[in-house]
Amino acid sequence: MTPLDRPGAATGPHTGRPRRGRAGAGGRRGVPLPLLLPGILALVFLLLPLLALLLRTPWSTLPDQLTSAEVWQALRLSLLSATAATAVSVVLGVPLAWLLARTEFPGRGLVRALVTLPLVLPPVVGGVALLLALGRNGVIGKWLDAWFGITLPFTTAGVVIAEAFVAMPFLVISVEGTLRAADPRYEEAAATLGASRFTAFRRVTLPLIAPGVAAGAVLAWARALGEFGATITFAGNFPGRTQTMPLAVYLALQNDPDAAIALSLVLLAVSIAVLAGLRDRWMTTS
Amino acid sequence: MTRSVRRTRRILRLAGAGAAAVMALGACSTSSGSEDSSGTSDASGSPKLSGTVTVFAAASLKESFTALGKQFEKQHPGTKVSFSFGGSDSLAASITGGAPADVFAAASPKTMALVTDKEEAAGAPATFVRNQLEIAILPGNPHKVASLKDLDKSGLKVVLCDKTVPCGAAAQKALDASGIELTPVSYEQDVKGALTKVELKEADAAVVYKTDVKAAGDKVEGVEFPESAKAINDYPIALLKNARNARTAKAFIALVRSAEGRKVLTGAGFLKP
Amino acid sequence: MTDSRPTGPDTTTPPEPPGARDGAQLPQGPPAPDHETGTGGAGGKPASGAGRPPGTHPHPHTGLHAHLVVDRPAFRLDVTLTAAPGDVVALLGPNGAGKTTALRALAGLTPLTEGHLRLDGTPLEHTPPESRPVGVVFQDYLLFPHLSALDNVAFGPRCRGAGKAGARAEAAAWLDRMGLAGHATARPRHLSGGQAQRVALARALATRPRLLLLDEPLAALDARTRLEVRAQLRRHLAEFEAVAVLVTHDPLDAMVLADRLVVVEHGRIVQEGAPSDIARRPRTDYIARLVGLNLYRGRAERHTVRLDPGPSITTTEELSGPVFVAFPPSAVTLFRDRPTGASARNLWRCEVAGLETHGDRIRAALTGELALAADLTTVAAAELGLHPGAPVWATVKATQTHAYPA
Repeated sequence: MTPLDRPGAATGPHTGRPRRGRAGAGGRRGVPLPLLLPGILALVFLLLPLLALLLRTPWSTLPDQLTSAEVWQALRLSLLSATAATAVSVVLGVPLAWLLARTEFPGRGLVRALVTLPLVLPPVVGGVALLLALGRNGVIGKWLDAWFGITLPFTTAGVVIAEAFVAMPFLVISVEGTLRAADPRYEEAAATLGASRFTAFRRVTLPLIAPGVAAGAVLAWARALGEFGATITFAGNFPGRTQTMPLAVYLALQNDPDAAIALSLVLLAVSIAVLAGLRDRWMTTS
Repeated sequence: MTRSVRRTRRILRLAGAGAAAVMALGACSTSSGSEDSSGTSDASGSPKLSGTVTVFAAASLKESFTALGKQFEKQHPGTKVSFSFGGSDSLAASITGGAPADVFAAASPKTMALVTDKEEAAGAPATFVRNQLEIAILPGNPHKVASLKDLDKSGLKVVLCDKTVPCGAAAQKALDASGIELTPVSYEQDVKGALTKVELKEADAAVVYKTDVKAAGDKVEGVEFPESAKAINDYPIALLKNARNARTAKAFIALVRSAEGRKVLTGAGFLKP
Repeated sequence: MTDSRPTGPDTTTPPEPPGARDGAQLPQGPPAPDHETGTGGAGGKPASGAGRPPGTHPHPHTGLHAHLVVDRPAFRLDVTLTAAPGDVVALLGPNGAGKTTALRALAGLTPLTEGHLRLDGTPLEHTPPESRPVGVVFQDYLLFPHLSALDNVAFGPRCRGAGKAGARAEAAAWLDRMGLAGHATARPRHLSGGQAQRVALARALATRPRLLLLDEPLAALDARTRLEVRAQLRRHLAEFEAVAVLVTHDPLDAMVLADRLVVVEHGRIVQEGAPSDIARRPRTDYIARLVGLNLYRGRAERHTVRLDPGPSITTTEELSGPVFVAFPPSAVTLFRDRPTGASARNLWRCEVAGLETHGDRIRAALTGELALAADLTTVAAAELGLHPGAPVWATVKATQTHAYPA
């Protein structure tokens, strides 16, 4: 073994990385009050309503509430449609993020703004817009119905579409940010090795931004899971077909708040379990 | 000082550790300001009405109550009627949760009961109108719907209100009474949602209130059906216990129940009680 | 020091990599390890390292012929490069001179504004980077962090159409050649700087480029590793049968690795030639500083060179017309008082502007009649009582100066 074969013989970018703050020195060096107080306030603000929900949960009737078939039906549909919406968002949203981050075209700034529009649009309006576009009488939906006999409103596919509509911007923004932070020279390196732009994307860029895609997918999934307005407007509310958990919770709230709390609790528990699981797996490994 | 104001103050005191204190002061002074104005008018004993009346009313009352509110303000200069329209259930939940309201007009006795059960009403609620169901269909009736039974035709997309909201409960009652089993494509969260689906031609028919069909103008047509008589909704109105402007509020309720008020309401499609 | 190291796994004939004897391996495997005699013929580079005389143009149908013009706001690169197969050309220049831009233009990563680029007679200026027979070793290597060393090297052959197994076998052979057979499965972050550099070189070579580009190949390494890697890199470049162009701002790297230096400043070539020639006859202050010479420009009249502003320098060469005069700092002798016995030629009254240690010696920067750098021992510096602002007399023997036409 030559001396340079010893790891650590060089101080290139590949070795000698500063070790991340394991020493904990950052924690000991007093936290400034102007950051600490609002931070704690924010935490309390975010957790208090959840705590209240737990405190007011009718624990005695909870088993009865949770054994009803309708709850599981809604939960199953929610998980299924949120996952499908996330898949749609990833398949279509990652390429869009790439276009926004890596290509130049006129009006790109405008396109980026338009992409984020569903974030600010009230979801109910989004649902109406989807009806106007994809409904039985909509701009595109008219032809879908006439040519293929496909109508999307009041179907589970409609739920997926409504959820993807509100969730995809989260993914696109997250992935675009990751792409912008990723070193584009890796793509150049791939090009000099004979990779076309698509091959470079598939074999180099995509693996490099995988953590960002995962984070974006988790955000999109969470948003889709909680989606209410666009779903009920575009897909309606029918148990087993289009009634997701948030719809069930809202309608239960009308005359049986206890049931609503129980349903919310189930949704919370499931999402915490899934998000915590994903976080451990993907988001902390980088 | 009303309970809600006290509660508000308490919450604000909790939150007001920092800059929020300024806002808290502002909020308190505003509420005590309006309190003072109503207090002085009460103390003076003058027959002249003044101040603001806050009315929580079912969404179906929007057009007619807005008209009555304008009429009231014209008759009693110096008064102001402010409305909060919404689903009766949500409104009831807001009232029991401490929302500052003087009058509550609900779309069903059941939702009114949510308020009276918590002893939030100052007196017994009185039924002031009734509402009957109708089938809303596309203009020109392309699917030839003439009765409730026709909604069972295959291929017809029907939306109902969810059973948890008054129009859904009423529709279910009518369907049960006539022994029809109907599978809609959707149970909507409120009557406007059901109507919108027909207005946008996504659904072919919806079972909604007469007043809603009327309010939708020529975007939908209404088909009356005899079974609707079995499911007529009473609309109760009540003065609330925590009313800050009880005298003016009472006067507004009187206007709603007067012949003059009834004329406006029946014009919108409501039935006399 | 610049010779191949006599020991180590790289210089002994490596055992054939596992799988190298499998069928179909030979035609597409890496070139056979250099056995000194094995590379004779057209592609081989003379082992002596003596390149063609600078300025000779290679045959128009082989090697590199490039005129690179890249316009940027407030910057224009305009350089002409030619090289024959087997040549190693170093682009040397200060930061911002346009070296990396030239490299990127050769690779196709930066489009040419004007000019042309021919490699072995094929015009490439409109060819996208992935279709150019060009391999690049990037400054910080840019090894794909999610792939093992083996898959990094196999990436190129895969993209150029090799099957998965074939590409991996080829990559394994390349790693073996680089002495990295034991690190095939390692991720880049677990490689030392020197190992990463060799993986990057293997990755670039695995596509069998006709033009190999190296961007500051040693800049990311520390001084000790650099010595080792430089020697190895020199050997690998010597084996490489096509054109290699490397970019560096380090004159030592350039002189050790390249047969020919092209010095670029402000986007233009200011001097090119064999390393020894450039080291002896610098033509700009930048190069003079790099090679450690005092350089002056003037007009010669027999043995006297009159500097443009300033005094005259007596030289041994007999020239006339515009010339450069150069002498090393070590040729300068300093005196506290005017030396009485010395002749008045090449004697200047100066003042110490600054002092810095330079190895085991002291380098004094002087201003005054003539601005120059002088080297002296620590003892001498102490005896002279040198300190910034101190007046000194400086002399240089005519025999230690070197004058050449400008």
